[in-house]
Amino acid sequence: MATHTDDRYYVPHGSYWPIVGSVGLLFLMVGVSSWLNGADAGFYIMMLGVAVLIFMITGWFATVIGENQRGLYNDQVDRSFRQGMFWFIFSEVMFFAAFFGALFYARNMAIPWLGGSSNNFFTNLLLWEGYESTWPTDGPGGIGGEYQAMPPFGLPLINTVLLLSSSITVTIAHHALLARKRAQLAIFLGATFVLGFIFVYLQGVEYVHAYQDMNLKLTTGIYGSTFFMLTGFHGMHVTIGAIMLTIIFFRVLKGHFSPEHHFAFEAVAWYWHFVDVVWVGLYVFVYWM
Amino acid sequence: MSSTVADALDHDEEHGPEKGIGRWLFATNHKDIGTMYLIFSLTMFFIGGAMAMVIRSELAIPGLQFVHPEFFNSMTTMHALIMVFGAVMPAFVGLANWMIPLMIGAPDMALPRMNNWSFWILPVAFGILLSTLFMPGGAPAGGWTMYPPLILQTGDAFPFLIFSVHLMGISSIMGAINVIVTIINMRAPDMTLLKMPMFVWTWLITAYLLIAVMPVLAGAVTMLLTDQFFGTSFFLAAGGGDPVMFQHIFWFFGHPEVYIMILPAFGVVSEIIPTFARKPLFGHDSMVYAASCIAFLSFIVWAHHMFTVGMPLTGQLFFMFATMLIAVPTGVKVFNWVATMWRGSMTFETPMLFSLAFVFLFTIGGFSGLMLAAAPADIQYHDTYFVVAHFHYVLVPGSVFAIMAGAYYWLPKWTGHMYSERLGKLHFWTSTIFVNVTFFPMHFLGLAGMPRRIPDYSTQFTDFNTIASIGAIGFGVSQLIFVAVLLTAYKGSKATDRVWEGTRGLEWTVPSPAPYHTFETPPKARIASEVFE
Repeated sequence: MATHTDDRYYVPHGSYWPIVGSVGLLFLMVGVSSWLNGADAGFYIMMLGVAVLIFMITGWFATVIGENQRGLYNDQVDRSFRQGMFWFIFSEVMFFAAFFGALFYARNMAIPWLGGSSNNFFTNLLLWEGYESTWPTDGPGGIGGEYQAMPPFGLPLINTVLLLSSSITVTIAHHALLARKRAQLAIFLGATFVLGFIFVYLQGVEYVHAYQDMNLKLTTGIYGSTFFMLTGFHGMHVTIGAIMLTIIFFRVLKGHFSPEHHFAFEAVAWYWHFVDVVWVGLYVFVYWM
Repeated sequence: MSSTVADALDHDEEHGPEKGIGRWLFATNHKDIGTMYLIFSLTMFFIGGAMAMVIRSELAIPGLQFVHPEFFNSMTTMHALIMVFGAVMPAFVGLANWMIPLMIGAPDMALPRMNNWSFWILPVAFGILLSTLFMPGGAPAGGWTMYPPLILQTGDAFPFLIFSVHLMGISSIMGAINVIVTIINMRAPDMTLLKMPMFVWTWLITAYLLIAVMPVLAGAVTMLLTDQFFGTSFFLAAGGGDPVMFQHIFWFFGHPEVYIMILPAFGVVSEIIPTFARKPLFGHDSMVYAASCIAFLSFIVWAHHMFTVGMPLTGQLFFMFATMLIAVPTGVKVFNWVATMWRGSMTFETPMLFSLAFVFLFTIGGFSGLMLAAAPADIQYHDTYFVVAHFHYVLVPGSVFAIMAGAYYWLPKWTGHMYSERLGKLHFWTSTIFVNVTFFPMHFLGLAGMPRRIPDYSTQFTDFNTIASIGAIGFGVSQLIFVAVLLTAYKGSKATDRVWEGTRGLEWTVPSPAPYHTFETPPKARIASEVFE
């Protein structure tokens, strides 16, 4: 096995995967847009785009994993990957920040103003007479009709415990990897993605309960909007994270990763901690406070 | 085992460019990708420019003559989106791709395949955006800022607009990650952070801004999409939301965005002025700190775009003073450029001419910005041609002139030939004269109360509008000279490795034209440290 020190740079050869990805994005975006405009064919174009993107992701990662297993990458490439992943996660944090920002703005500014606070007495009197600002709210227009707010205890609390535990199990798995305890690594990594999928399942149960029994929907004013968009995007990220954990799990079973070289493992672990931290924010500000 | 690996490595590193279209479609070479970015940007510059010609033709005389008002609004909206996301930003990414690895002694960008994807998403995004021109309901016409509820009245173009913005965001974020990782991880061994060239520094800061705010824009347009199609109430007061909330989220992106478009311009100019003044950049470190200050302040000034929207008085005061603070680090930069020239032995080749015009004319745009920052005065200026004059002064003789300066400065390094200095100077003088003829009268129009984004105007505004339109046509035609410069670029005399007499830095140690692969091994420390200063 050749080891490469930093005295010679590694530059990868060309790849057709990015252009496949661009074509996939073209189909996806054109498809979903036409579908939203009411063209039925849009749905199929969208699904084609999704298929091409899955094909691209699979192929691209297979290429990179293959090159990695053949020992082509040096430490510098490893650092590039790590830093790239770190900044990607930071960009994800900022995406969630936009929605948290919307939640805070609505709760602390928009709704009190609609209720007449600060110098908005006439807004309240002339436009929304009798509206008192509260949280949760579906707004002075009562958009979405009577609803119940999601209580913080019960399912959401169970989900919090599940997700926090999964962060612990993935850390134990990491330590096992460093200590070359492969069985422990596999068991705790397996536990992590199982916990992740249970979380997603329970989130689904909660959504069904909200829609069927509580009349709490995406259309339930600003409360429903922020609740479902924040938890929905988070759930999507948990799903992606759990899929990535599953892939990592199978790579562990195949004998990939060493205590020195396990960028993919760490990247997924970071990502998992990120969805965990976002959840803590969600639990505190969306469910609880 | 080791021999096969070595073979693979050698194979990867020694072959030249791939033959045929594959070289571009599957490109991982930073020079090829940089070239594609620059050509894409120039194409978009002309498409967006054609839209500007439509706008100025309609406004040349009062009354409606050429286009329907709805189409006029589409033109202002699309002109802005294309120029911001399609012309200026990709041009700087192209310059970054070409020059950052050369300046820091790296063999390529840190993540070359992702680099390819960053680029190849752009034609998809702009293909989608331009296709909206032919859709029922027309192209988006609610302004590039996409304020609800107006933007929700867009026809079939609406979801295409949203998703094309998403794609531009994805492309920018990946590009920015690549720039950061390249700069942090791939520098020549003894190039410490404060030894980095100014262009590299400003791009590093720009990349951080991009990663921080492009996702916020994605969030904002996602909320627009769900409000339109899935019944959410983010921007609907009846549901407890607020249309003004969109403006806050948008401008949290939008204000750092204007620094994304100007910080790399500062970098380019900070490379060129020392070369042609034959002196090192005055106050290199203070330039770094000033750029960092500007970046930090850019996050806490966004609501100066919204002084008339209804905000608590404390908010108006905070955003007014925070905005005015930006004049301090910007003043440091302008001072340093002037101090660099002080007692320098200056010559005035085209890149230097564009840089000098940049310093002077960007400063005019900065001053009108300071006027707009004053909340009570802004109530009068808001949404008038004064604002149009202001941001065109910082973007056209600001960002665009810096891009042109950079292109002339580095063109010999790219092609190996000197461009036609005669054509370059002609391009400079026509551009500089016409840019002022176009945009300077807009200050007067705005102060007199002519509103933006309206295809017609009251007759007392006729004279200045006609002058501006003549200037705009002249500026548009002038840019064709740049195409002539590019087309004849291979004809000039051979360029030396240093190209210009006063250059310093690693990029001037490689041959002209720069070979397909450069710095395959890290530049030797001793040589590197000699060229840094």
